Amino acid sequence: MPRKVHVQTTINGETAEFLCEPRQSVLEVLRDVLYLTGAKEGCNNGNCGACSVILDGRLVNSCLVLGAELEGKSLETIEGLAEPDQLHPIQDAFLENAALQCGICTPGFIVAAKALLDQNPNPTEHEIRYWLAGNLCRCTGYDKIVRAVQDAAKTMSSEVSA
Amino acid sequence: MRAFEYVSAKTVAEATSLLYEKGDQAKPLAGGTDLIVMVRENRRQLDRMVDIKALPETNVLSYSPDTGLSLGAAVPCHEIYADDAISAAYPGLIDAAKIIGGTAIQGRASVGGNLCNASPAADTIPPLIVLGAICVIAGPNGSTREVPVEQFCTGPGQTVLENGEFLVSFKIPPPPRNSSSFYLRFIPRNEMDIAVVGAGASVVLDDTKTSFVSARIGLAAVAPTPLLAEEAGGSLAGQEVSDDAINAAAEAAQAIARPISDMRGTAEQRTHLVGVLTRRALTGAIQRVKEA
Repeated sequence: MPRKVHVQTTINGETAEFLCEPRQSVLEVLRDVLYLTGAKEGCNNGNCGACSVILDGRLVNSCLVLGAELEGKSLETIEGLAEPDQLHPIQDAFLENAALQCGICTPGFIVAAKALLDQNPNPTEHEIRYWLAGNLCRCTGYDKIVRAVQDAAKTMSSEVSA
Repeated sequence: MRAFEYVSAKTVAEATSLLYEKGDQAKPLAGGTDLIVMVRENRRQLDRMVDIKALPETNVLSYSPDTGLSLGAAVPCHEIYADDAISAAYPGLIDAAKIIGGTAIQGRASVGGNLCNASPAADTIPPLIVLGAICVIAGPNGSTREVPVEQFCTGPGQTVLENGEFLVSFKIPPPPRNSSSFYLRFIPRNEMDIAVVGAGASVVLDDTKTSFVSARIGLAAVAPTPLLAEEAGGSLAGQEVSDDAINAAAEAAQAIARPISDMRGTAEQRTHLVGVLTRRALTGAIQRVKEA
């Protein structure tokens, strides 16, 4: 059995250290080692987006990155979005628009939407739909999710200009 | 999934010796979007993954109109299409880089990995073929060699790479004057799918943009490896740009397709699609030359 790997990284702005097996994915490290269970395991092969995280500013599927690859990197997960007493505007918009039913896909959608709005604060509906094509929802359909992202974009850009 | 060792190589020489030591039980890791899934699903068993993303040589992304594009094997798709100069020079490659998986896949998946995975349906291989890309391969004891991309894949999942070798980068020549490229595929959905058939074309036109100087056509998912349709492209040299010339080239492309029937499509449908997509790829590339 290969030795465990010692990894030092940054998760949601704070230094994190962990030991993992080389074969463990970032998703497994988050959920089973660090107990950050917001990212979900859906397909475990890069199709569903339920495990979406932001790695060095770039949206990725955490099931397709090895934990050992996090050395020296910076990771953002769903747990890093809300303030202690206030949800992130994207989270509020998902609630207001009822953009979820069972909720398994929701953390992935919200993280993916944040990655989009970080680089494109005012996306068109077309851009939102293509950006989120790698996130699958099997309950509610996509219209409410797209509307939630549009609402969040409006809220966030008015907060910036205010 | 069997346990394996993970090593991030610091130099090309270290990577080749780490790979050589373990033979077919070691694989280079770039974006991992194919390799990690394959290993997890036990379609491939490994003792060691050698991460090549920390090497400067695999991260090169530099373009100049005089020397062309140097593209590191580990550069993810999103970095390629985020570069305006590269997007303008090699639009056919960008067509493919933008349709592989969704946003999260494009954040990791590399063109080099797409080639080394050697899927007959790989979207970036037809554009690499039509753009005349050369593979730069490093091997044990400091050896290097160069292979034209159309000779790199030898069968589904099989490549020319020998024990200890890995793909370091691509060299893509600068686009000639009055040239452009185009790639498209047929899928039953709008995105997030694997090509039923893919077709790429590059064309060089004369100064009046009414005749072909030369053309290249590349096909995916119609043979055990992506194909250079040499005669089809060659038939256009010196011809006037016309529907007849384009149709004849499309028929020549159909003639070399030897597709199988599987869950994505029948051999008959695929052969038909080669004709349709070759015409559209040529027309798209010609249109881009005229608009430039």
